[in-house]
Amino acid sequence: MTEASPVLPPRADALAMIAAATPPLPAAELRTLDNECARFVFRGREAAIGPAGEACGVALPRARGAYGEVRNRRAIWLGPDEWLLIAAGEAPEGIAAAIEAATAGVPHSLVDVSHRQLCIEVSGPAAATVLAAGCPLDLSPAAFPVGTATRTVLAKAEIVLARTGPDVFHIEVWRSFSAYVWHYLDEARREFRAG
Amino acid sequence: MLLIACPYCGESRPEAEFRYGGEAHLARTPDSLDDDGWTGFLYARGNPKGLHFERWRHIHGCGRFFNAVRHTVTDKFVTTYPAGEGRPDLSSPEFAEKVAEASR
Ligand SMILES: [Zn+2]
Repeated sequence: MTEASPVLPPRADALAMIAAATPPLPAAELRTLDNECARFVFRGREAAIGPAGEACGVALPRARGAYGEVRNRRAIWLGPDEWLLIAAGEAPEGIAAAIEAATAGVPHSLVDVSHRQLCIEVSGPAAATVLAAGCPLDLSPAAFPVGTATRTVLAKAEIVLARTGPDVFHIEVWRSFSAYVWHYLDEARREFRAG
Repeated sequence: MLLIACPYCGESRPEAEFRYGGEAHLARTPDSLDDDGWTGFLYARGNPKGLHFERWRHIHGCGRFFNAVRHTVTDKFVTTYPAGEGRPDLSSPEFAEKVAEASR
């Protein structure tokens, strides 16, 4: 019988432990989202893009900026031939099989990155200000409206940033950077802590 | 922070998302087959004081390599264009104002 090490929990649990120990701050709330998500990076040229979107249930957006979303599935433009597909609460196998069937015989790549990264949500009236402590993009509603997503940087970590509401941002970040990003944002929002 | 216009994203983005990629338009030719030519191809670079054709990569954005013309003294960009396109003709009227601005 194997027992979990009391010293070194898995990284995902490490972030959960950090999150649980972080006091709430409504001006810029931090939380980890349900990270039992299927995530893929899809790359392909013209012939593969349409079928992949159909199989995924979300048309792959063709230009930088707006992400596509249908129910729990989201397709984010990363580059001219590269997308991040996220299906919240789903296992990856069924989606992978559907996309593979739809793109059979057409050059493409589909990589399951479900466990490579996870999602941190920043929400509240100061969310954009807190993100601006480490993200060089213009996050004003005019330049980065609701429904926008892009790959960018937050301090020294690469992230995919999506604005899902006027005061709500999702940060997709690689697991090994997640504690760093969490602590960075927690530090940045200290000025909004009363007293 | 510099703002760099990525030709694939179609907008100016902060320099922190990019990585410099050295001189652009280096071509392997039959001249680079002997030792001297190969050494030159690998190591010899123009290093001009003035307008420089160079590669950049939007590594923390769309991931693409592209080319740019930048003034090495003022750090101002004249133009950016997709990888694979030839050198833009900077003597053409469309660039006159930008070249003057970048050299200022
Ligand atoms: Zn770009």
